[in-house]
Amino acid sequence: MTANKLLKSVAFYALVVVIVVFSIFPFYYAIVTSFATGTALFEANYFPKAFDWANYKAVLGGATFPRNILNSVFVATTTVVFALFLAVTASYALARVRFRGRGLLLMTILAVSMFPQIAVLAGLFELITYLGLFNSPFALILSYTIFTLPFTVWVLTTFMRDLPVEIEEAAIVDGATPWIIITKVFLPLLWPALVTTGLLAFIGAWNEFLFALTFTSSESTRTVPVAIALLSGASQQEIPWGPIMAASVIVTVPLIILVLIFQRKIVAGLTAGGVKG
Amino acid sequence: MTALKPAANLQTGIGRESGLSLQKQRQKAAFWFLAPMLIALFCVAAWPLLRTVWFSLTDTSLNNLYGGKWIGFDNYLRVQTLSNGTVRYRGTLVDPAWWNAVWNTVRFSVVSVVCETVLGLIVALVLNAEFKGRGFVRAAILIPWAIPTIVSAKMWAWMLNDQYGILNDMALNLGLISSKIAWTANSDTAMYAVLMVDIWKTTPFMALLCLAGLQMVPRDIYEAAKIDGINPVKVFFKITLPLIRPALMVAVIFRMLDALRIFDLIYVLTPNSASTKTMSVISRENLIEFDKFAYGSAQSTLLFAILAIFVSLYIWLGKVDLSGEGGK
Repeated sequence: MTANKLLKSVAFYALVVVIVVFSIFPFYYAIVTSFATGTALFEANYFPKAFDWANYKAVLGGATFPRNILNSVFVATTTVVFALFLAVTASYALARVRFRGRGLLLMTILAVSMFPQIAVLAGLFELITYLGLFNSPFALILSYTIFTLPFTVWVLTTFMRDLPVEIEEAAIVDGATPWIIITKVFLPLLWPALVTTGLLAFIGAWNEFLFALTFTSSESTRTVPVAIALLSGASQQEIPWGPIMAASVIVTVPLIILVLIFQRKIVAGLTAGGVKG
Repeated sequence: MTALKPAANLQTGIGRESGLSLQKQRQKAAFWFLAPMLIALFCVAAWPLLRTVWFSLTDTSLNNLYGGKWIGFDNYLRVQTLSNGTVRYRGTLVDPAWWNAVWNTVRFSVVSVVCETVLGLIVALVLNAEFKGRGFVRAAILIPWAIPTIVSAKMWAWMLNDQYGILNDMALNLGLISSKIAWTANSDTAMYAVLMVDIWKTTPFMALLCLAGLQMVPRDIYEAAKIDGINPVKVFFKITLPLIRPALMVAVIFRMLDALRIFDLIYVLTPNSASTKTMSVISRENLIEFDKFAYGSAQSTLLFAILAIFVSLYIWLGKVDLSGEGGK
């Protein structure tokens, strides 16, 4: 009986170890590679041999990569602020006011957040060239709205539905208009939800690739994912794995730290939204 | 439906007439609150989608967006009868490259979502148990999810590298393979490589959604089953699975939609490989790279139609409640 129990818990912890190793190893190996240079790069080393910052220096000292990071920060931040700004009032209406067609509207918004981005690519390309935004960060801010806005509306609506009715009733009895209710009563309560939603939308915008690849054409306007995907070495055959891994680590570490800090909130936001950020 | 309550309570509290006008006032405010969001969504979603459909019915080219002529459904299917009497078919619907992409997409989506659901459930069951270090494991599985897709594609491309890749090294040392495999370049293994990376990256998402479902199952059910001495496997299939089915159905549809439109991972991990090219990849290729703008528009319109039909069928047949209004 006890032997059986021991066997079971050993098997269980073995499974736990497999899950953890499988999750962490690829990123660990990227870090190991990012510190390797020269011939060390072309040996399969499971542990770092030396800590050589040359790859990081090459990437950060390069002509465009710092600029690419700034582009990504600017595009993602602006997109998220814009989406949250529109989403707060919209989700109040969707969560707290009863009107005809509300269910249909919610379903439409959800449908838009699940749009295959390729289906709007041709139309967006036309719109962006018409507005003269091609190859500028604003092309990306405009196009990213297609997934950040419905996502933020949807998640904030589920959060706002759960706010207690009594607070709103008290405010209405005191003669508060809906605008006052949102800005003075609900907004202070919504801060945690706004941070979570904003963070998830930020990650989505930070990681986006298809629009960023299509709507930018010069190295200095690229965002980080495009820059990493198109990072090339001196010749076509030679892929600069060291610098690619260094760049990957640079853009991923802040995300991982953020995700780990806001772990619980992110899980709540993901399950509320049910949408991949 | 919590949202129903304020109006109802107010009507009894303040009086029927002022309650009604209050409801009207709130609806008016709601309209103005929704308008900016709806206009923004129309500009970035509805209008571009309509334009894409329109382009697919013309012969527009990338360099001359406004010079396209209406050609009907020729981009989809065109039947030509040549002077010698033979009939020729042209267009996406008879294009083997397109059907190859459709097949790749379907194969990729079904296999990846099935694997992710099974693995996600296993991880969720592990995380639902109480053990030392649970918080650490949950943090660890969030890492693949947090890594940008492009970065994971590059990381795995390096690990799968034919000459210097660590996975070949591991498999050789363990005696699983006899010679190094060019995972991403070889057309037989390219799809496995893509599946591997996608499953690695999205299983955490699935696990978290499953875990949320599992945590809603009351603990005393398990206690009761344990007292009755029911086999844990039976408990899982007879009790747990039916109870988390709604959460699972929603998670599967979200993952499925995500998989059906996959672009970035394949574009970076296995560029120009016919064995992994999906609908999104081939559409963009025609739209932007091959200067077959209208043809690419037709393909992306078809992708949209396929997804729309799939979702409708899924929601209808699976009786999935996505709006969250019915369950509250």
